[in-house]
Amino acid sequence: MLRFVVRRLLQLIPILLGLSVLLFAWLRALPGGPAQAALGERATPEAIARYNELFGLDQPLFVQYLRFLGRAVQLDFGNSSRTGRPVTEEFLERMPGTIELTLFAMVFAIGVGIPLGYLAARRHGSWLDSASVIGSLLGVAIPVFFLAYLLRLLFAVELGWLPGSGRQEVRIDATRITNFYVLDGLLTREWDAAWDAFTHLVLPGIALGTIPLAIIVRITRASVLDVVNEDYVRTANAKGLATATVRRRHVIRNALLPVATTIGLQTGLLLSGAVLTESVFAFGGVGSAIFDAIFARDFAVLQGFILILAVVYVLVNLLVDISYGLLDPRVRVR
Amino acid sequence: MIIEDLPPDAADRSGRPVLEVDELTVTFRRRGEQPTRAVDGVSFAVAPGETVGLVGESGCGKSVTSLAVMGLLPRRGVEVGGSVRLDGQELVGAPDRTLRGLRGADMAMVFQDPLSSLNPTVPIGTQVTEVLLEHRELSRKDATAQATDLLDRVGIPDPARRLKEYPHQLSGGMRQRALIAMALACRPRLLIADEPTTALDVTIQAQILELLRELVVDSGTALVMITHDLGVVAGLCDRVHVMYSGRIIESADRHELFARPRQPYTGGLLASVPRLDGVRGAPLHPIRGSARDVIPWAEGCAFAPRCDHAQDDCLTEVAGSTVPLEYDGPGRELRCRHPLEYPRSPAGATAAGAAR
Repeated sequence: MLRFVVRRLLQLIPILLGLSVLLFAWLRALPGGPAQAALGERATPEAIARYNELFGLDQPLFVQYLRFLGRAVQLDFGNSSRTGRPVTEEFLERMPGTIELTLFAMVFAIGVGIPLGYLAARRHGSWLDSASVIGSLLGVAIPVFFLAYLLRLLFAVELGWLPGSGRQEVRIDATRITNFYVLDGLLTREWDAAWDAFTHLVLPGIALGTIPLAIIVRITRASVLDVVNEDYVRTANAKGLATATVRRRHVIRNALLPVATTIGLQTGLLLSGAVLTESVFAFGGVGSAIFDAIFARDFAVLQGFILILAVVYVLVNLLVDISYGLLDPRVRVR
Repeated sequence: MIIEDLPPDAADRSGRPVLEVDELTVTFRRRGEQPTRAVDGVSFAVAPGETVGLVGESGCGKSVTSLAVMGLLPRRGVEVGGSVRLDGQELVGAPDRTLRGLRGADMAMVFQDPLSSLNPTVPIGTQVTEVLLEHRELSRKDATAQATDLLDRVGIPDPARRLKEYPHQLSGGMRQRALIAMALACRPRLLIADEPTTALDVTIQAQILELLRELVVDSGTALVMITHDLGVVAGLCDRVHVMYSGRIIESADRHELFARPRQPYTGGLLASVPRLDGVRGAPLHPIRGSARDVIPWAEGCAFAPRCDHAQDDCLTEVAGSTVPLEYDGPGRELRCRHPLEYPRSPAGATAAGAAR
């Protein structure tokens, strides 16, 4: 088990090296540079040269890369060219927002998706079944940013039921401990702050959770339909077990194995930043930070954020693999 | 293949049968398709301690018969007619609750493929104790103790350790033994074994059959053996029903059947078994063709198109539509217009030889 984890972590090294080279080359190939973005289109060549010299951008690419790498291994990704603050600091401020949003979206997707998929399979061929199949097809097909706009327009702008932008009302003077706004509110017993931060999660969370929801419904449904025809379910019935026992121990448990994989992969995807949804709701997570950094040609932020997110993604997948071994004794790693 | 010379079994043949199946029919109805009759008017009975074989090729309806007896066929799209009585209690049309109460307790089943018939994510121990906990008032601890005993009884070494293991950690033979342990947990009156040895090595097959025979003799359980393997029949069954296309076409005691098969199909089954004492390189004797999905009983005899003894009247409707199952000497029944004939020869003629 430990060897498995260590091996997977070692595999991260070549992945990160490759990714950093690609990122570095790709960012520098973008038209316009940080100087242009910072100083505007009318900047004189002299000003641009001074700017580049100041940030070390006049050095050969090779030197720039090595310098970047040397600091990156010490978790120093430099300063944002836009705000001047250290990238790591910005990340630690932004990531909790994305994590909160991901959790909300996944709880929504799992909480609705698994029961719905299970019921659809149980009533195979009924209107509920057809509705869930068509609904999940729509859920996958609707572009997320479109749905996000729609939700915001309807529930925030028109009806005014829920907040449509940001992570918390600006008026609220909340104490920050972990930068998880909901958690901070609970820790400091500032209930209204926690509730307000929570309501800010609802609309982007639902928009973000639609695709995972649709996928979970489909996989649960297909998996339950598969499992009820398995020989071991027949054996369980031949033993005269109560219907509830057959369902719980022999159907649902096995049917959830493929669903668990999906949940893991989707969580990894959402954690790596929902650029579109966060932008629509001006939600201060890593997604909107990347969005802004692209326009500002903020190399340091882009490099730092994307590399850290790659690590997060790999770690989440590692967790999925480990948890899969706990669920299914056949793939238990030694 | 050993056919004769088995020790006389100690089966108690007296008393009323444990299982009585009368005119059982099973029809599959799918929307937009012709209904298919998989089992058509099958009748047989099994006494305590008796072993009855249902024999036939794949698709002849033997497995469907067993599932119908257990009430394990899906309710939707399947129509079960006739009567199945377990110790006099009618099972056809009985409510699901009643059937669940009987299954696992009074009637149990061992399936063909032990790996797929065990839940891969649940330890063997739980899969054995869950039967006990469902049907008997037992504490978890007592159930575990009984499960250990059961595994020991079916010949699984180190049962306490095996209880904690998962199906994939056991060998094929062990898995089948575990399935048998689950089936026997509540000492059922009736045990149905559906090709229990098909997925196993030959050496393991013999062990499993021996185990089943011991259990039947010891406990007086009525055993229904579903098989296509005449070796299994020879080693285990007291009485044999040969099925073809959903109907019984010949019934006889084991010795009678092997000595003098009357239905050409039975004769063909016996003749198609390769013999160890035969001349090397001698041709095998397969039955030509294969069973059809659609049951063609409406036209006289379903086997006629594949039968070497068929004559013109086998395929025409004479006196009613199909060839009836009729009395054919003491303890025998036969569905055939032109059965195999034997001169009054002394008993003991080898079966396959007689059939040729």
